[in-house]
This record gives sequence, structure tokens and C-alpha cells, in this order.
Amino acid sequence: MTTKDIINPANLVYSKAKLMTENPMHYCPGCSHGVVHKLIAEVIEEMDIQDKTIGVAPVGCAVFAYNYIDIDWQEAAHGRAPALATAIKRLQPDKFVFTYQGDGDLAAIGTAETIHACNRGENIAIFFVNNAIYGMTGGQMAPTTLEGMKTATCPMGRNTELNGYPLKISNLLAELDGTCYVTRQSVQKMASIVRAKKAIRKAFENSMAGKGTSVVEFVSTCNSGWKMSPHDSNKWMEENMFPVYPLGDLKDTEKK
Amino acid sequence: MEDFKLMKGNEAIAHAAIRCGADGYFGYPITPQSEVMETLMDLKPWETTGMVVLQAESEVAAINMVYGGAGCGKKVMTSSSSPGMSLKQEGISYIACAELPCLIVNVMRGGPGLGTIQPSQADYFQSVKGGGHGDYRLIVLAPSTVQEMADFVGLGFDLAFKYQNPAMILADGIVGQMMEKVVLPPFKPRRTEEEVRQECPWGTTGKLPNRKRNIITSLALEAEVMENINLKLQAKYREIEKNEVRFETHHCEDADYVLVAFGSIARICEKAMEMAREEGYKVGVLRPITLFPFPTNPIKELSKKVKGFLTVEMSAGQMVEDVRLTVNGAVPVEFYGRMGGIVPSAEEILAALKEKLIK
Repeated sequence: MTTKDIINPANLVYSKAKLMTENPMHYCPGCSHGVVHKLIAEVIEEMDIQDKTIGVAPVGCAVFAYNYIDIDWQEAAHGRAPALATAIKRLQPDKFVFTYQGDGDLAAIGTAETIHACNRGENIAIFFVNNAIYGMTGGQMAPTTLEGMKTATCPMGRNTELNGYPLKISNLLAELDGTCYVTRQSVQKMASIVRAKKAIRKAFENSMAGKGTSVVEFVSTCNSGWKMSPHDSNKWMEENMFPVYPLGDLKDTEKK
Repeated sequence: MEDFKLMKGNEAIAHAAIRCGADGYFGYPITPQSEVMETLMDLKPWETTGMVVLQAESEVAAINMVYGGAGCGKKVMTSSSSPGMSLKQEGISYIACAELPCLIVNVMRGGPGLGTIQPSQADYFQSVKGGGHGDYRLIVLAPSTVQEMADFVGLGFDLAFKYQNPAMILADGIVGQMMEKVVLPPFKPRRTEEEVRQECPWGTTGKLPNRKRNIITSLALEAEVMENINLKLQAKYREIEKNEVRFETHHCEDADYVLVAFGSIARICEKAMEMAREEGYKVGVLRPITLFPFPTNPIKELSKKVKGFLTVEMSAGQMVEDVRLTVNGAVPVEFYGRMGGIVPSAEEILAALKEKLIK
């Protein structure tokens, strides 16, 4: 058997998504963003909607999301992605429009834009990476930082008397009449990756079916910000994040 | 015979937006300009031209909706009044950097703070000198009549698309609220999707196989790249200064003294000019129509033959700084203004002219 025999499409078990660009990723090794990017790229490819999809990038670690998936993108101001997406979708109703946002972007500075886009039932998909920290600016406290969790701006651990409580924004969004699908996923294991990908596809499909807003939260890790190895981060996430942000569908109007 | 209508300046903006083929309006209610969105909601253009009209949750959201819509190459606009415009500055800075066309209407009221709902011109600095962060300029049109409110919607969009730059109609509460006769512009159809793709090949209209993906952004982490973006913007602003200066003069040919004013105050200055001429004083009026680009050359030319200028504004004196920079000490440049929503009368202006210049 030669190398040529081995490099054979029949033997292919893994490949780069076709819509992922050749740009080297700036994400830290072990970060969840890369996996979520790849899943979105795969879904766009499988649905054959590259020419109809417009992404809105946030401010935060995913600020350069537009460098990695080969579609049209707009880069929003911090927290304003749902406002941009609202106009893009209303002015081009035949397009698939999604936002890609982190916890600081979606649940702190952009809370109003997020809630009102969801409450209007904008036919967009919101992909929300929650790693409970501000990664881009160097590991400060996020609205979703866990109680007692240490960050650069709560070095003694998040104190609820001083900083309030971890914001379960997806639970809040599920309460709104405008959302049709709110789900919490993760991407640390093959099984969870498969489920997360299904959720992404469903969110895209809902947006074109005119059902309202879909929100997919990815409970994620930030091994750099958490100061742990990627492996330990995954374990820490399962033990500490999942009890506060339990996985699963929070709302699915299809299942009513 | 022309088809005259009687309406408020704010209403004229709404009618003109539909008629010039606007694709979208995004706004948030604030006095004294709420009639813009109210009129649009009443006219229901989504049933006729397909124009989108949406009440946003805040001025911040509204300007960012404009950012999103403009990024698609669409003809989009927003309107607000002074406190709301402060909130929009973030978005305006991003739109200016991303070089997107859009129309922003500010019907100014008295400030600072929540201020008053009475008319003002105290947002001149904010509109003409920047307002948001970074080095950028808006194309600023200052209407003085309801007719100009209607006409400047189409002109504003044309200039915005010509230069891929946000344009602003900077009106005061008087022009927004007063009723006058107006001839509305003729109906122009909205552009088709294909026309938008052709006119705005940079727009996020969906990546077709025949082109690279389009990215609308204002981010460039490398200093050299960011400086080049700035240099390109500055070159564009110089081009706008060269081509787009608009102004109007009244009796400046033989004038010894010239009143410089924009918006509705220019009309009160015309009255003051008539009164002065009845008393035998040779007074003229220069009204800048574009505040950026500022009519530097005509003022410079006048400064060679007049004895002095009186700039009149509903502010503590903002445009007067540009008049002084232009005149550069050649002759005296005096200022008269009222603030907080007070509108100066022609008598007051004439008295100030006599006291400060004629003596």
C-alpha cells in the first residue's frame, strides 16, 4: 500500500470545512470558537446557502470571525450585532442572516439590542458563545461569570453582593414571544458537537421559515482566560458551568 | 401649475424619503421630530414601494440598523433630535469609517443635557467637527425652509452615495415644526436587487461565485493600514470640499456688513437686513447651505470688501469659529446668539449689528 492509496476519498474521516478560508486562526489552541466556526461553515455548505448567507461579527474574541468563513460579513460595534442583523434581514428577506456573539457582547453591552431583536421575532439566528469571561481584553469579569469565579476584575472571585449574579440570558430570551427556538449546547465532545451542529442547522432553517428568532448558546471554555489547559478547561466547564447553564432546549415552539 | 402641499418640515422629510426611493427608515421617537416616523407609519410605504419602516428600541439600535442596511448597499436613513443624536455618535463613527452611504436627520433642540424641546442650533460642533470618535466628516446640509427639508432628502442620498459617506440634514426645531407650502419631489422607484448589486458592488448582498466575499468593517489593527484608511478618508473630504460647497447670498454685492447664518435664523437675518437697508445701512446675508463643506471661499472673497461680519446663531457661538478662521482677522467678525430654545428676533439682530459693528 502506498501513501497515494491511503489519501483516498473513501478513507477520509475528517477534513477542513470547504467554506473555511485559509487564514490562520487567531484563537488560542483549545478554544471553543474554532469548533463553532467550523460547524457553522459546514451547515452553510450542506444547506448550499453560501450566496444567501450574511454573518454579523461581534466585538470580542470573535471580532475577526469574518476572516474565517467565506461568506459576506458585517462587523458590528460592540453589542449591536442584532440591530445590524435586523436591518439586513428586513431589507433582504431572502437571505439567511446570523449574528455571532460572545457573552460580553450579547449579555452586557448589547442586552437591549439582543432582547428587542428577539422580542420582535426577527427572523435571524443568534449564535452565542458563553465562556463566562472577556477573552479578547485579557480575562475580565463577564455578565455570565460564575459566582466565586476569579477574573482580572474580580480577582477574589465574583461576589454577588458586589457584582450581582451570573446572567442566564438564554432563559430570559426563551420567555419572549418572539423567539421560536432557544437551546444550550456545547462542543467539547463528539456527541455534543453532533448535537450542536443540528441546533445550528435548525436555527438557520427557522430563520427562513419565518418562525421568529432562534438562539443557540454554546457553553464554552476559555483556557487562556481561565488559566487552565484545554483538557482541564473542558472538565472544569462540565463540573462548574453545566450546573449553572444546563444543556438542552429551553424552548422549541415546534414541539408544542 | 405646480402641486403645492401645506405641511410641516418633518412631514416633508417623510414624504420625500418615500418619493426618492428610500429602502428603509429606522428611528426612535423624540420631540421635535417625531412626525417623521409618524408620517411614514401613516403612509405605509411598505405596501407601495416596499420601503421598510421600523421603530427601534433606542437611538443606538436605530443607527446600528442604518449601519446594517447601508452595508447591504441599501438607501437607508434615520432621524432624531439632539439628545438622541448624542446616542447615535458611536454608530455614525463606524459608518463613516466603513465608508457607507446613509442619511441622518437631526432636528435640533436646546441643550445641553435633556435641555428643552424648543429650537436650537447648538449641535453645529457635533455635526460638523465630528461628534463621534476619530477623524471623520459628515456631509452636512442645513435647510431653512420646508421646501429644502423635502429637497435635501434626495440631495443628501445622492451625495452620500456619490462619496460613500454619511450625509446629514441639520435642521433646527423651527424648520421641523413649521408648516409651509412645498412641492414634493417626483416619485422615483426603489432600485432593484440587481441595480443595488451594480451600484454597490461592495455591499453584503450575498457572495455570488463571481466575486470575493464582501466584508463591511471599521477595524484595522495594523497602524499602517489604519493610517492609510485615514488618509483615504481625508482625501475624500478634500474632494468634497472642492466640489460640494453650497451657499446663498442676499444683497452682498454692495454690502458693508454681512450677516452669516444658517437654517431658519438666516431667514430672520434677511428681515433684519431689510430693516437695516430701510435705515440706510448696506447689509447683506450669507447663508451656508452646506456646513461641511463650509463655504470658505465666498466668505474669504467678501472679507476683502466688507467692513465686518456678524454671525448669528441659536447657540453660544459655534459656526462663528469657522467664519473667524476663514476671515483670519482681515475684518471684525462679531457674534450674536440666543440659547436654550430662544429664537432671536430681527429687531434684536439689527440692534446687535449696530452695537457691535456699525457703532
